[in-house]
This record gives sequence, C-alpha cells and structure tokens, in this order.
Amino acid sequence: MYSLNYHRASSVADAVKLAKKGDDVKYLAGGMTLIPAMKTRLSAPSDLIDLGHIGELKGIKVSGKNVTIGAGTTHAEVAANEKLKAVCPAVSDLAAHIGDPAVRHKGTIGGSIANNDPAADYPAALLALDATVVTNKREIAAAKFFTGLFETALKDGEIVTAVRFTAPAKAGYEKFRNPASRYAMTGVFVAKGKANGKDDVRVAVTGAGENGVFRSKEIEAALSKKFDAAAVEGVKVPSKNLMSDIHASADYRAALVVVMAKRATAKANS
Amino acid sequence: MSDVSLVVNGRKVSGTVEDRTLLVHFLRENLGLTGTHVGCDTSQCGACVVHVDGKAVKSCTMLAVQASGSTVTTIEGLANGTDLHPVQAAFKENHGLQCGFCTPGMIMTSVDMIARHPEGLDEATVRHELEGNICRCTGYHNIVKAVLAASKTMAKGSKGRAKAAA
Repeated sequence: MYSLNYHRASSVADAVKLAKKGDDVKYLAGGMTLIPAMKTRLSAPSDLIDLGHIGELKGIKVSGKNVTIGAGTTHAEVAANEKLKAVCPAVSDLAAHIGDPAVRHKGTIGGSIANNDPAADYPAALLALDATVVTNKREIAAAKFFTGLFETALKDGEIVTAVRFTAPAKAGYEKFRNPASRYAMTGVFVAKGKANGKDDVRVAVTGAGENGVFRSKEIEAALSKKFDAAAVEGVKVPSKNLMSDIHASADYRAALVVVMAKRATAKANS
Repeated sequence: MSDVSLVVNGRKVSGTVEDRTLLVHFLRENLGLTGTHVGCDTSQCGACVVHVDGKAVKSCTMLAVQASGSTVTTIEGLANGTDLHPVQAAFKENHGLQCGFCTPGMIMTSVDMIARHPEGLDEATVRHELEGNICRCTGYHNIVKAVLAASKTMAKGSKGRAKAAA
C-alpha cells in the first residue's frame, strides 16, 4: 500500500469539509473493497476520509412498507434486522450471503453501491426495488445511479447517506457464485410490486452485464404474465452485452440469468 | 504518522504508526502478538481474524488507525491463564487442525459464530459461517466437528460465561 493520510470524519458535513483537502481523496466506508484495492496498489488515494464513525449514517427504519437503510449500515446489520426481515426478507437474505461473516461485519450498503462493482449484490436489489439513493445533496433513482462498471452518478465529494425503497409484495434473489472469489457470476433479483395501482414486475441482473447491473426485459415480460418459476422456462436472454471472461462466456451467463431468475422467483413465492 | 490507542486483550496499548499500517501488522509487529497470522493478504483466507468491538473482522483489511479507540481481542486473549477457552479446547480435543496456521483465525471466527447463534448450530450453518476461513491441510471435517462440540459445551455452561469469554 502506498503512503496516505487518514482522517476520521465525525459527521457528514465534517467529511465533506475534510474531502476538500488533499490531491486524491477517497471516502472509506467498510473498506472491504477499497483496502484490498489499495494493498494491490490498484487504488492509491493521497487521503482517506473514514466515514465509519458517523452515527447519522447508521441504522434501519421500517415504517409500514417503507424502508430506509442508512449508508453506513453493515451487511450483518441488514441481515439481522427483524423489522426488515418481516417486510422484505429478500434483502435480508441477500445481505446474509455477501462475502463471509467478517466481511459482513465491516462492509456497508453505502460503500457497496458507491463502488458499484459489476458483480456486487446490492445494485441488483436496488434496481429491482426501484429504490432511491439519498446523498448529502440530492435523491437519485437507482436506475439513474448505476451508470457503468464501477461508475455511478455520484459527483466529486458527494456522499451516499441512505437507501430508501418500498417493500414489494414478493421478492427473491439468487446468485451463481464464482467458486473461488464467491462473487456473483450472475445474480438475479426479482420483485413483484405495484406501480400506479397495477402489478409491476422488475428483474435486475448483476455479475453478467458488460456495463454492470441491468434489467432483463425478457424475464420481466415472462413474469408479468405469470409470476411463477415455470413462466421463466424456455425464455431466451440475448448474450449481447454480457461479459465473457475466463470464468464464463456470455452465452453461459445468458443461460445463468434464466436459471437464477427461476430460482429467485421460486424463493419469492415460497 | 498517527497515534493509535486500543484496548487489546484487556490491556491499554498505544503507538505511533504510519497511517497505512494494517491492524494485523500493528498487532504482530508493535505488540508482538504473533498469534494472529497473515495467510493470503487478499482478505480471503481468514487467518488474521480478530474481534474488534466484539465482532469478527479481518485484521489484514483494516487500518490500525481505523481501529483506534476500539477494543480488540486476539487469539492470545481467549484463554484464562492455563485454562483454554472452550473453543480452543474443542479444537484440541477433536484435532481440528493439522499444521495450525489457519487455527487462530478459525477459532476467532468460531467464537464469534457461537456467540451469534445462542440457539445452537448445525453442520450446514457452521460450514456457511466458515466461508471466510480457509484451511489448506486437512479439509474441514474435524474443524466443523470442533465448532459443533464447542457450541454444545458452551450452551451447557452458563450463557453469561460463554459471552464473557467471547
């Protein structure tokens, strides 16, 4: 790791102020991606602003079907929250399967979405849940937040403070993990909610797209007819714009999208 | 450089470190607590697991300055004098190790796991929970056996004592 200057922020306002100093400043949330990237020198910030001690970023609020998760809430806290489990168990289940227990004790939802790793789990949930990303400056719809590989709509110095969504009637997430890294080689989040009084099925795919998380129109069309795992059977997902790498070809990932969508739907209905 | 002060295994410690110093290096090099190991350096193997404010974390993926002000427990802090912690005793009893390199991390992860599952553990849960700890010698059979045995012993003993030990 290259030399750096560490600053501990006491509040969001303090973090913004601290970020104005230094040449190449990065915010540090749980550090579960950033610190490994710094150790391998893929990332070399001159200054780190630690957001890990800011109380206002932590906690989960559930009011009826409305859920707000503070950006500094760890995956372990999301997984264990009973109120969230009661209204949207799919998100609790997703959080319980990120990384391993030690990673879940440090990694945060805000850090995960701000990093927008193309194989991260939360982006799929946020996109399928039509969630809103709240920052210290504005509110951004998930569909406009995730803009590409490791790219988001966040501007310099902007901090994610919370994620907000309405719990859908049904939701489920399933991923096919890389056997070594355990990251999703393809993960699918399905949600059946309401939009303008009508049923609204949204399906988001992570780990497979060349430009990161995306919605699968083909699976959405099939599940809109009937929200059942059998409805996904035989659906063709085009492999265009899907990733091809040492682990899986685009065609293989296209097939995985269908299988994961089936399993996620079965989970949502169980 | 930054000042770091922590409570490690019940003892107040402090030091001045480069900001980039990882917690594991502070523990090993500044404090001489070499029971915490560096296995992979890529956050995957779990040999470096310690408890920070009561939670299992990978000390190779945390800066020492990040942990400043926290309470840390390492493998050296588990035993009570010559009395092994029930999880250490179970690993010994069930031969949950071969070369022993991964064992400190396995044990710290297991203590955390047992504390989070007061209702008891089954094999599938133990295997899922051990996902972040890699053993390259033996496979996981006896490790899983040891965790299950320790979980039973600790449930039988007073729950308060099990928690205090964690």
